[in-house]
Amino acid sequence: MAAGFAEAGADLELVGITKRFPGFTAIEDLDLRIPAGSFFALLGPSGCGKTTTLRLVAGLEQPTAGRILIGGRDVTNVKPYQRPVNTVFQSYALFPHMSVINNVAFGLRRRGIADPYGKAHEALQLVELDHLSNRRPQQLSGGQQQRVALARAVVNRPSLLLLDEPLGALDLKLRRQMQLELKSIQNEVGLTFVHVTHDQEEAMTMADTVAVMNKGAIEQMGAPEELYELPRTAFVANFLGQSNLFTGEVTSSGGPTGAAASIVVAVGGAKIEVPSERAQRHSGRVTIGVRPEKLVLHSSQPKKEAGTNVLGPGRITDVSFSGVSTQYQLVLPGFGLVTVFAQNMVFGPVVNLGAEVWVSWNVDHGFGLLDEPEVAPKFEPDTDTATIAAQARRELMAEIEEG
Amino acid sequence: MRGSLFGRWLLPVYSALAVILLLIPVVYTIVFSFNASVKSNILWKGFTLENWTHVCDARGVCASVANSLFIGVIATLIATAIGTLMAIALVRFKFRGRALVNILLFLPMATPEVVLGAGLAAQFLAVGFGKGIVTIIIAHVLFCISFVVVTVKARVASLDPALEEAARDLYGSSWQVFWRITFPLLLPGILAAALLSFSLSFDDFIITRFNNGGVETFPIFVYTAAAKGVPAEANVVASAVFILALVIVIVGQASSAARRKRLAREA
Repeated sequence: MAAGFAEAGADLELVGITKRFPGFTAIEDLDLRIPAGSFFALLGPSGCGKTTTLRLVAGLEQPTAGRILIGGRDVTNVKPYQRPVNTVFQSYALFPHMSVINNVAFGLRRRGIADPYGKAHEALQLVELDHLSNRRPQQLSGGQQQRVALARAVVNRPSLLLLDEPLGALDLKLRRQMQLELKSIQNEVGLTFVHVTHDQEEAMTMADTVAVMNKGAIEQMGAPEELYELPRTAFVANFLGQSNLFTGEVTSSGGPTGAAASIVVAVGGAKIEVPSERAQRHSGRVTIGVRPEKLVLHSSQPKKEAGTNVLGPGRITDVSFSGVSTQYQLVLPGFGLVTVFAQNMVFGPVVNLGAEVWVSWNVDHGFGLLDEPEVAPKFEPDTDTATIAAQARRELMAEIEEG
Repeated sequence: MRGSLFGRWLLPVYSALAVILLLIPVVYTIVFSFNASVKSNILWKGFTLENWTHVCDARGVCASVANSLFIGVIATLIATAIGTLMAIALVRFKFRGRALVNILLFLPMATPEVVLGAGLAAQFLAVGFGKGIVTIIIAHVLFCISFVVVTVKARVASLDPALEEAARDLYGSSWQVFWRITFPLLLPGILAAALLSFSLSFDDFIITRFNNGGVETFPIFVYTAAAKGVPAEANVVASAVFILALVIVIVGQASSAARRKRLAREA
C-alpha cells in the first residue's frame, strides 16, 4: 500500500519492458533508470511509445514482459491505486461533478489521510487557485484546469509524478508560463517528475535529463545541452533542433587538429574534419553533422585555416526572417541543401536570394553519428498514436467477428 | 409576397392545428374526469369533484393502479440495473460476440408486441410456470432492458475513460471508482432510462395481457371496463399520471435552466 507521504522522490527503474498491443509493438525491451528527485523528460514523436511507457508506470497498462521498480520495490503486478505514483493527464481528467477542492482532496480521502481539505487548500495555494476552490472544473480556463490537475496529483506527495503532455492544450504564452511554474513547483516539492512531451523546446527548458524515444526504444539520453551539442543518431540530430548532415567515407583517422585527434570524411569532393572524440564511428561510411547556427556565411571564398571546415561555393535559395535570426537555405553542389541560422546583428538579410556564398564552421562544432539518416519518404507514414490505435481496433474487431 | 404569407399565417395555423389534434384525447380525458357520470362516462352530465376525492370507490381502479405501480417499480429497478451494466460492458470492453449482442438488443424493440407476448406465454406454459405478477414482471424486464441499454450506452460513450483512470490513479479501488465517478456521471442517463422503462411498463397492454394470469394492471382494467363503460375514476388516474409526467418534465427543465444560469453567473 502507498502509505503516508513520500519524503522525497524515488528512483524509477524499468527493466526489459516490452509492451505489445494486438497488431503492433509499442515498446521493445526498454531499460531505463530515473534517479530520485530529477525532472526527467521522455521526448519523442507521436506513436513512439512514450505515453505507453507512462501508462505502464502508472499501472494503467500491464507490460507484456519486463519489470517496473519504484524506489527499489517491484510494482509490476501492483494495482494502479496501490502505487505511489500520480499522473497529470493530457486531458486533465478533472471530475466534472465535483468542486475543485473535492477534486484535489479525492486522493487524500481515498487513503484516509488526516485533514484532507486542509492539505488540499495548501496544494491549491501552491498553484494560486485557492480562491476558486468551490468552482466546478468546467468554470475554469484551460490553464487553471491544468493547475488544478497538477495540485490534485502533487497533494498526494507521490514518489513519482507523471505528466502526460500536460501543456499540450495550452496556447504558447500560457505554455511558457506553466513551464516555469512546473519547474519551480518541482524545486519546491522535490519529487521525481517524469514528463512526456513531443515538444523538444519544452523538454529542453524544463528537464534536467531528456530521453529521446523513437519507435519504442530510447535513442539517446542525457542532459539537454549534451543531447543538443552531441547527438548520437540522425533521429536525435533532427528531432532535437535541426542539423545539416553529410555522409561520406573516412579517409584518415587520428590526424591532428590542433591538439586533439580528428577524423577526415570525404564528402562531395571536399574533406570535412570532425574531432575523433565527437564521432561515434571512426572508419568506413559515416554521417557527420553540424548545427545551422554554428555555420558562418561568407560572400567571398574564405582562406582555409586549420581548425575550420569550409564548403562552397553555393547559392542562396531561400531567406526567411524570424526576428532574432535569419534562416538561409542554400544549395551546395555535392552536398545538397544546407541550412544556416544567422543572428540579426544588422538590419535585414546580409546576403540576398541567389547570391554566391561559402560556409565555414569550427571543426570542434561538428559531430559524427552512429547511423545514417533514413531516406525521408514523400509522405509522412501514419504512425501517430490515433492511427495505430485505429488499426489495432480494426484488426481486433475483425478477429472478434471471425471468432 | 408568397413567402411571407406562408411564414406569417400558414405555418403557425398548421402547427396550431397539429398541436390541437395531438391534445384532443388528453383534454377529453382530463375534462371527463370531472364528469358527474352515472353509468357510462360518455355524455357530459355536469361538473363534479367526486371522482377525484373518491377515486378508490369505483371497483378495481385503485387495486389495478397499485398493481401497475408495483410491477413498474420492480421491473424498472431490475431492467435498469441489468441494462446499465450491459451498457458499460458493451462500450468499455472488447469481447467475443459484442457486435452480435448489439444487434440482438434491437430485436425486442423491433419484434411486434403480440409476437413477443404470445411467445413468452407459450414459454411459461411449456416450463409450467404459473402466470401472475411474477410473469408480468419478467415480461416487462425483458422488453425494458433494450431501451435501458440503448439510453445508457450513449451516456457511457460520452464519458471520458481518462476520468476513471484518474480515479484509479488517485487511490480509488474498482468499487470506489464505480460509485464515486462512473455512477454519478452516468446518473442522468440512468434516470432517463428508468423513467422510460417505468412508463413503458406502466402502460403496456399487449404483452401483459398474454402473461397476466388474472392479475389486473391499470391498462387491462381500462380495457376490460371499456366493454361496460369506463368509470370516470379511470379518467382521474389517467389525468393524474399525465399531470405528474408534465410536472416532472417542467421541474427537470426549470432546474437545469437554473443550474445553467448559476454556472454562467459564477464563471
